[in-house]
Amino acid sequence: MIGVLNYGVGNLASVYNALDSLGHEVEIFDDQKSMNKYSHLILPGVGSFVAGMNLLSKGQLIPEIKSFAESGRPLLGICLGMQLLLDSSNEHGLTSGIGLIGGKVVRFPNGNGLKVPHIGWNSLCNIVKHPILHSIKSSVDMYFVHSYYCLPDEKNSVIAYCDYGLEFPAVIAKNNIVGVQFHPEKSQPAGLKLLNNFAAWDGQC
Amino acid sequence: MLKKRVIPLLLLRDGRVVKGINFQDYRDVGNPRTAVKIYSAQDADELVFIDTQGSKASRDYLVEILREAANECFIPLTAGGGIQSLTDARQLLMAGADKVIITSGAIEVPSLISQIAGHFGSQSVIACIEYRGFGNSAKVTYQNGSKSIDLDLIDYAIQLEQEGAGEIMLNSIEKDGLMSGYDINLAKQIVGSVSVPVIVSGGAGNFMHIFDLFRESDAAGAVCASLFHFGDNTPIRARSYLKNLNIQCRTLK
Repeated sequence: MIGVLNYGVGNLASVYNALDSLGHEVEIFDDQKSMNKYSHLILPGVGSFVAGMNLLSKGQLIPEIKSFAESGRPLLGICLGMQLLLDSSNEHGLTSGIGLIGGKVVRFPNGNGLKVPHIGWNSLCNIVKHPILHSIKSSVDMYFVHSYYCLPDEKNSVIAYCDYGLEFPAVIAKNNIVGVQFHPEKSQPAGLKLLNNFAAWDGQC
Repeated sequence: MLKKRVIPLLLLRDGRVVKGINFQDYRDVGNPRTAVKIYSAQDADELVFIDTQGSKASRDYLVEILREAANECFIPLTAGGGIQSLTDARQLLMAGADKVIITSGAIEVPSLISQIAGHFGSQSVIACIEYRGFGNSAKVTYQNGSKSIDLDLIDYAIQLEQEGAGEIMLNSIEKDGLMSGYDINLAKQIVGSVSVPVIVSGGAGNFMHIFDLFRESDAAGAVCASLFHFGDNTPIRARSYLKNLNIQCRTLK
């Protein structure tokens, strides 16, 4: 069963609804003790990095997320949930993240004529073969809404980019952990396909 | 490359979708549940719901419609109408909205936008600038055009961005429902003055109007109501028309 972690940020119903509509067993949970029972874990989230980390700390969820990741089971971070997987973010000063993937989170530069936040439909590029991206074409658009993006230390943990003035990592992966900057639950057929791929994934590459 | 968005707008009144002209004389144009199903099947880029009444009953109905929409369409949903507090915004976001639209609340409740942005992030707040008139004589209005305030539109847009709005929606009362094209001049001015995305509402009567908006301004999205309510136009057809004219629109599959 897939567990969607409710740590107090934003709208989890869409992630739940999307997986449920695909016929997967899914639950929204907030109790750290029950995390271990899931086969797959989703860390959703919108809003600020600091608020997200504070809520995770308050719920004593960070050690549990780390131990879930160490167990080798698939873990998916969506949007802010992806960014929290990294070491740190410079949103409102430097804040530490969960640190499952080495790297930092930075803001889009101002003044290159592009609007920030990056809101709307945009396509993926430089897609690397990976189970989570199975049969997802680079021409297809996904729904993005963010002002910050992930910069992993290791280039090879980026498995798809997106072009918004600069190419930024749209999908990152390290062993059984993946993160997507867009919202698959808001990206209609292509997004649902990605969620399906995640649900079918055993965490091996 | 980021694509241009075509965004159907559903105005809700007494449990129905309605459409007026110049914010008046609302006509019934259908059942919201049916509209959600149709727009979802027609692959709208995003859906906007606005409760035009702002009463307890109409808010409850909006929440109900949002819950259902979030259950069956996997696209971004935006909702507004009468949001005056963080609690109001939270209620809509928890019901399934990804973003809320604030119009009168931004004028009547100081710090409302910054409170919502602080809690849910800037990306969850669209500030709507409702106005009457054109060019330099355009006046910012609120409460469905019944009140006005002496603010320069550009200064106001900059102020809304500074307060934390992640997106700005322009809504011309004078263009509303006439299907004679968008107020592109003002769109250009506002787009050039803020660093957040701007979407434009009021006046779309055919696909050429959307094309004109995207060709002449750098607006991020075209909000359409009458265009889709009256006649057989759909978001799919709008995108294919725009793509033929080299406007970058979403590819689904």
